[in-house]
Amino acid sequence: MTLSNEDIKYVAKLARIHLDDNELDDLSNDLSVCLEYFEKINAINTDGVAPTFQPNHLSNVMREDVVSETMDIEIVLKNAPEHIDGFFRIPKVIE
Amino acid sequence: MTNSINLLKPAYQHIANILDGKYDSEALTSQTIKNLHLQESKLNAYITILDDYAHQRAEIVQKQFQQKTKLLLGGIPIAVKDMLALKNFPTTAGSKILENFIPTFNSTVVEKLENAGAIIIGKTSCDEFAMGSSNEFSFKGPVHNPWDLDSVPGGSSGGSAATVAARGVSLSIGTDTGGSIRQPAAFNGIFGLKPTYGRVSRFGVVAFASSLEQVGPMAHNVHDLALLLRVIAGHDEQDSTTLNIEVPEYDKFLDQGIEGLKIAIPKNIYKGMNADMKKNMQTSLEIFKRNGAIVDEDIDFPSWESALPAYYLIATSEASTNLARYDGFRYGYNASEYKELWKQLENTRGIGFGQEVKRRILLGTYALSAGYHDQYYKKALRLRTLIKSDFDNAFKKYDVIVTPTTPSSAFKIGERVSKPLEMYMSDYYTLPANIAGNPAISVPCGFINNLPVGLQIIGRNLEEQRLLQIAALHESESSWSREVPNL
Repeated sequence: MTLSNEDIKYVAKLARIHLDDNELDDLSNDLSVCLEYFEKINAINTDGVAPTFQPNHLSNVMREDVVSETMDIEIVLKNAPEHIDGFFRIPKVIE
Repeated sequence: MTNSINLLKPAYQHIANILDGKYDSEALTSQTIKNLHLQESKLNAYITILDDYAHQRAEIVQKQFQQKTKLLLGGIPIAVKDMLALKNFPTTAGSKILENFIPTFNSTVVEKLENAGAIIIGKTSCDEFAMGSSNEFSFKGPVHNPWDLDSVPGGSSGGSAATVAARGVSLSIGTDTGGSIRQPAAFNGIFGLKPTYGRVSRFGVVAFASSLEQVGPMAHNVHDLALLLRVIAGHDEQDSTTLNIEVPEYDKFLDQGIEGLKIAIPKNIYKGMNADMKKNMQTSLEIFKRNGAIVDEDIDFPSWESALPAYYLIATSEASTNLARYDGFRYGYNASEYKELWKQLENTRGIGFGQEVKRRILLGTYALSAGYHDQYYKKALRLRTLIKSDFDNAFKKYDVIVTPTTPSSAFKIGERVSKPLEMYMSDYYTLPANIAGNPAISVPCGFINNLPVGLQIIGRNLEEQRLLQIAALHESESSWSREVPNL
């Protein structure tokens, strides 16, 4: 499996990462080498084998629904590059 | 009092000396910090050294002593990997995107360390978001191996390993997603343990691949390692994957011996093994046999070979999801020179993330994307089931599985930076334990070309105590772990 620069551009768009043109060649080469190596898993038969998502198989861990303290809004916003009236401020979403 | 304390001593001896009043935590902290600054010019092991904070903490701990508070790590300086949140101080995960991020809360492990009286003296460098096996992918530049400054310390917990090996501190905390505690421990000639998945809380730890990673202890002797694990292990309501099972006093009963221990070695791992590595491993196996262990070097473990592709598909898929949160809007680096929403977001991530992190996010995004999800991600999860069942079968008959920790000793800085697959291959022995969730320890087992190497021992789930006992025996029957690099 080899990935072209166009494939990389498409995946980068999905991941919302801007890439410079000079990064495209390296990445398509690097990822192609990895995927080629990973191809060997296709030879292993996994028919009827269930997937394992998490090693200790815990599921539906419940706790009591009780009121507890939450962080003050000033603290929550402390790391925000921009905030206004207690909200995060980001560029306009809808034109 | 200047320079009167022997910093080569294990933490448990400092604890005893502080309790006996031979010196206090303030003196130990001052001398440790002074020494760390000297070592930093050579190692670059830290992202932040917490001079003032450490002194404040030392004073607090000293007062607790006066009130006769019992503290397991009272007054002991410790280095913490910069993946764990420490309230009010930068926590960068080795990434430019978090360069200015100041956590507003503590990770559970940090909380437990401080409650036990430990003095967090600095945040250690690591590969960006713990993605790497050489510690070359930190925004602060490479960390150097104290045994050879031109070589890598391993990764991703390279800073935590290098500073302990150099005896800058006795104890450090690492995280291990695919070998990131064990591999650098091996490359630096120290001990490192990846606990059973769910044994230690991940709350407040920067997430890379949540179903694979664990926080764990690093130390230059087994007693300290056990003590540190005892302090950080346990159930945490804030991390619903932690196990609600009592934590043993790991540091006790270390000298129980290994009479009757059944050791297995997967036969396929010998294929292509470095001859020196094989010799070192045989020497360790002789030690075990001499002390009553039974060794079977010929067990079937057919899925071992699929661990590397399965791991990198699962880890990168989880990473692409976990790292979607870095948008630059709520915290972290923001490419504010771009005014349009998507441009700002894409450039924040394009500039904020480094080379290896981009590689892995893109690989994971690809493995999860429409049309490839079943072929790559789902397939890897099915392989995970096969790997887990090979472990389960082995552990029905044997107590532990032994392998080298790494295929070779530390490689040179720059050698593998642009060869990702070669870099990934250095995790060949360590990945399976993360996939299955089992505990695994790396113990110093000799030198190749004057650089330390390690032996890996993998155990049944929650049998950390047994791993520590085997390591303690190996430590007492050999002298490799007592060698100290000449900085």
